[in-house]
Amino acid sequence: MKVLHEEGVDTIFGYPGGAVLDTYDELVKTDIKHILVRHEQGAVHAADGYARASGKVGVCLVTSGPGATNTVTGIASAYMDSIPIVVFTGQVNTNLIGNDAFQEVDIVGITRPCTKHNYLVKNVENLARTIKEAFYIARSGRPGPVLIDLPKDMMRSSTEYKPINEVRLRAYNPTYEPNMKQLDRVISLIKKSRKPLVFAGGGVILSGASGELKKFAHVIKAPVTSTLMGLGAFPASDPLWLGMIGMHGTYCANMSSSECDLLIGIGVRFDDRVTGKTSTFASNAKIVHIDIDPTSISKNIPVDTPVVGDCRVTLERLNKLLKDEPKKDISGHREPWLDQVMKWKETRPLTYTQKDIIKPQFVIEKIWELTKGEAIISTEVGQNQMWSAQYYRFDKPNTFITSGGLGCMGFGFPAAIGAQVAFPDRVVIDIAGDGSIQMNIQEMATAVQYNLPVKIAILNNRYLGMVRQWQELFYERSYAHTEMDHAPDFVKLAEAFGAAGLRATKPEEVVPVIEKALSINKPVIMDFVVEREEGVYPMVPAGADITEMLLV
Amino acid sequence: MSNNENNQKHILSLLVENEPGVLTRIAGLFSGRGFNIESLSVAETTEPKVSRVTIVTREDVNILEQIKKQLNKLMNVIKVLDFKGMPFVQRELALIKVRARPEHRAEILRMVDIFRSRVVDVGAEYYTMEITGDEDKIAAFLELLRPMGIKEIAKTGSVALAREKK
Repeated sequence: MKVLHEEGVDTIFGYPGGAVLDTYDELVKTDIKHILVRHEQGAVHAADGYARASGKVGVCLVTSGPGATNTVTGIASAYMDSIPIVVFTGQVNTNLIGNDAFQEVDIVGITRPCTKHNYLVKNVENLARTIKEAFYIARSGRPGPVLIDLPKDMMRSSTEYKPINEVRLRAYNPTYEPNMKQLDRVISLIKKSRKPLVFAGGGVILSGASGELKKFAHVIKAPVTSTLMGLGAFPASDPLWLGMIGMHGTYCANMSSSECDLLIGIGVRFDDRVTGKTSTFASNAKIVHIDIDPTSISKNIPVDTPVVGDCRVTLERLNKLLKDEPKKDISGHREPWLDQVMKWKETRPLTYTQKDIIKPQFVIEKIWELTKGEAIISTEVGQNQMWSAQYYRFDKPNTFITSGGLGCMGFGFPAAIGAQVAFPDRVVIDIAGDGSIQMNIQEMATAVQYNLPVKIAILNNRYLGMVRQWQELFYERSYAHTEMDHAPDFVKLAEAFGAAGLRATKPEEVVPVIEKALSINKPVIMDFVVEREEGVYPMVPAGADITEMLLV
Repeated sequence: MSNNENNQKHILSLLVENEPGVLTRIAGLFSGRGFNIESLSVAETTEPKVSRVTIVTREDVNILEQIKKQLNKLMNVIKVLDFKGMPFVQRELALIKVRARPEHRAEILRMVDIFRSRVVDVGAEYYTMEITGDEDKIAAFLELLRPMGIKEIAKTGSVALAREKK
């Protein structure tokens, strides 16, 4: 507990059980806030949402066996998106490990491939050091989840606490400071370039590099696109902003990536949802890739100039070097390129037509307007996620919370709870589908119990919309099991939990419902009955070149 | 195991922390990412807290780069060395049980002599030999013994060290 204090832990998301009773018994004696979730998966997503919104390490505590296995999806999601969380799981007594004891599971074995690192504490003398190491590993370098398995007898025994001031690990030493020679190469590529494009990812947000990124893009006069995870890293209101790139990226961003002569990837990992067909991705460009994790570099796309380093530190160094360069060398001759980019932006903007039935895009645009773009938005996974990415214009980092890599339905609502715990006074909205909200709906009880006024906007089309869209396009409209024939009445459901429920069935009801929801100081479900077969466009079929977009 | 004949054989030598679960992490990394291990050997070094793992793998150069980076990323892996392009010594050890008919015994012993092998167990019908060497030498030895009837063999993976500068 003392170590947790030292690490600045103020909140734990958890669920008690036999193997962690001793830990809980100590926990109540501290001033650490504990949020009792209704399912362990919710605890991990909430810790994850807390971490994404606050930039701190999220913490959760669950019991052994099923408590531990229920955390796996949440851990995998945090791992894919490099989110710093520490998960404490209970374990049976050390002398019972391996005996198939009650509520025993080899959680260290199960989570080995989806944690940055994990531990089984077998000696109470090592406990403090292990916790210290876990927090250090979770937040440093490329962040990620760390799991600590705590056998019950370890929690019952005591030892004298010896302060540990510094963590040094022989085999782990992430590179923050970039190689200056590589930076010189980057500068000379910028000088040669006529059509540069900056391509930002989640690493920019994780390292707190947004300010430096903005400076950098303006100094070299390069338009900016980002991955899903990078939304908010660069202000959407900035004239150099092109929108998201990739499978559901904007026409402008995808065309730019294909036509640019210099692509500067910062804190990205060239995921298949971004690149489409890898052999043709940015094929006219020299590629610079800045990332703290060497394994991300040249994994999917061969890179011309790799720079291993922290995004913020690297951009700081680059901006400093650029100061000494003549302006026309680093940002001259940009007009034809910027004109071209603007032309793409104007001729093929994101678009939809609002008629008699509510369009989901319209709902998100109105949420953006009414929250003045200042809400923390979390999403579930699928169409709701892509429309949020396209139509909510994020100006600030740490305001868009989504399960990017794992694509985990049921993530958004508990993550919103976590974000709301981190920022009790901010507006937090989970944009959901009618399918995914049902995956962790039990957390309504958590939100109500702790008076966390999270708002849920359900884009209700009574389909698993994104899968349906693929069936429409690639499976001859055979909607195999994607119709959610039966769903609860979400308004009544909210009321049953002690929250508020609102519904909009006509376009003119959308704004009043959002306004009303924002005025209620408790959790609210907004049920928007939307156009059933609306699709997310543009769309690049999986594995195709990213300029081969289906545009509505 | 990889079937692709174009893929070159690589020997990776890892220094790792001698802790439970480290081998699982390494093996899991290979299987989880679809990399192949051809052979693997592990033992303590002179420093009891450090083990050396020698891995032989057959993958193309790009995948090998990714393997090396991923191995380096593991918390318990201290150092990853790839012997490609540098002089190194490599050895395997095999125990071979071969049928020793009276008319073959002299021939077997002659081969044992030529290959600097040793007979380590003599039974009524079988000799057991040990041999060390690189893969080719052991393969050649086995080839010559085959007509006499090999009952069973046990073979280690490769171990290797870089050569010192002359």
